[in-house]
Amino acid sequence: MPGVWVYAEVSPDGAVEPGALENLTKARGLGSSVAAVALGPGATKAAETAGRFGAETLYASDDQVFADYIAQPAAHALHQLVQQHQPEVVLFSLTYDSRDVAGRLQAKTGSTLMANATDLLGPDYAQTQIFGGSQIVDVTLSGPNPKLVITRPKSFQAEPAGGGPAKVEPVQVEIPDELKKAHRLERQEQAASGPKMEEAKVVIAGGRGLQQAENFKLLDELAAALGNAAVGASRAVVDAGWVPYAMQIGQTGKTVSPELYIAVGISGAIQHLVGMKTAKRIIAINKDKDAPIFQYADLGIVGDALKIVPEITAAIRAKKG
Amino acid sequence: MNVVVFVKYIPNPEGTPKLGEDFRLVREGVEGGLDPGDEHGVEAALQLAEQTGGEVTVVSMGPEPAVGAVRRALSMGAHKGVLITDDALKGADVLATARVLAGTVKRQDFDLILAGVESTDGYTGTLPMAVAELLGIPCATFARSLEHKDGSIRIERQTEMGYDVVECSLPALVTLTAGANEPRYPTLKGIMQAKQKPTDTLALSDLGLSTEEVKATQEVMGVEPVPAKEGGEIVEDPGEAPSRVVEFLTKAKVI
Repeated sequence: MPGVWVYAEVSPDGAVEPGALENLTKARGLGSSVAAVALGPGATKAAETAGRFGAETLYASDDQVFADYIAQPAAHALHQLVQQHQPEVVLFSLTYDSRDVAGRLQAKTGSTLMANATDLLGPDYAQTQIFGGSQIVDVTLSGPNPKLVITRPKSFQAEPAGGGPAKVEPVQVEIPDELKKAHRLERQEQAASGPKMEEAKVVIAGGRGLQQAENFKLLDELAAALGNAAVGASRAVVDAGWVPYAMQIGQTGKTVSPELYIAVGISGAIQHLVGMKTAKRIIAINKDKDAPIFQYADLGIVGDALKIVPEITAAIRAKKG
Repeated sequence: MNVVVFVKYIPNPEGTPKLGEDFRLVREGVEGGLDPGDEHGVEAALQLAEQTGGEVTVVSMGPEPAVGAVRRALSMGAHKGVLITDDALKGADVLATARVLAGTVKRQDFDLILAGVESTDGYTGTLPMAVAELLGIPCATFARSLEHKDGSIRIERQTEMGYDVVECSLPALVTLTAGANEPRYPTLKGIMQAKQKPTDTLALSDLGLSTEEVKATQEVMGVEPVPAKEGGEIVEDPGEAPSRVVEFLTKAKVI
């Protein structure tokens, strides 16, 4: 039974990574049977969510080995499943673990792998965007099945189909010891204050125009005044060590699609634009009136961010009372 | 410890990229250089070689000018370079590139392979894992720090929520994020010495690969511009900014 598969990362409580839900939603529209693959603790528990978003079948293993060792066990198990069931396409999210598994699977199957897909029009026909999202590229995929496609986050909206739980097919694959080498010893979660950047209604991002690391506090204050707002950054200031990598928005960082994006002192390099240009509304504050970011802004403010941002914060506080 | 570093020659990231008639990125006659993302791999390799003894080999696949990227890494301090260049590799995709790089690495002794997380021009971001799979070695990816101890390496691996500590036996492949280190600048002496360092140029046939094995599996059918967004409002008087922003936020029901 050929079909469209979605590789779904799960947490131990059975929660499914958001990109996998977006991919399941997309997979439903391709007119083929839809299955999800979840490997690691929480996999079986994900049946309900996977089903609700359109998976008829969930290939699942709760084995701890998939969480303890990077990519090799998961790629091995996925390869066995793919050989057995012959799906036409496997969709992956653009997450660290999924990229690892997809890259390894490609070397095993010899299939094509398309990364950064922004749409999938059929099992062998995808789209991507280049040059900061200014051009859409149509790509046909050939070679042996399954086609492997990594989708850019937020390319499609996740919508439940309203189905019951997916039918769980237990995955029973022996993982050889030689695949247990890259050992995950501990997981450190850095508690961020405020909402997660990918989920916040408002994202305020700072760039070089803030001049120094300390001035990020101006953005924190603006975020606090707005409420439900997260603070992010351009690659330039992450590379400069002002803020941690987890705050980076853009090609090599996170992709956000909030109700409102406020770019402060960010010129709008291509690599930044791909991470934020699907925001519903964009406000840009920049000294240079020729900065590319203004072409994307619904409201552009030309001026010194260090002076203007506190004034805006004060005006919002006054308005809110 | 002998370290191999993968590097890529890319068009200048500050320049305006162009597509040719074949929908491929125009690479000829365009100013280019070592991908800035790869400098972190070179830096980490040099540090490990300095600590442990051993050699750093830079490996790149690309058109002839790509030797510029190899030379840049050599001028930073790497010991020797290999460039794989072949007309049959024009437009090569990830798997083809992985086969070429894996085939090249197999020709020599290595303990560790280092690479950037993704290229700045193509940003597929799965090449290193495919190479590791072809070589049958583990891969510790997205490292924001890298330490070597008693025949194994330990990294802090970037995650969505923070980082994981990952330990891995050698031989292995590690990809490094921009946060891993501060790449050194080549010294004048380094630049002079780079010209004397051995650089091999290989073709597909040297690796025992057929053109069939590097055939592209993706074809671009067309490229069209994304409909331009309607221009927004620009406020050039900063004095007006606070009231205009508040008005905008109120209309958008953000406040």
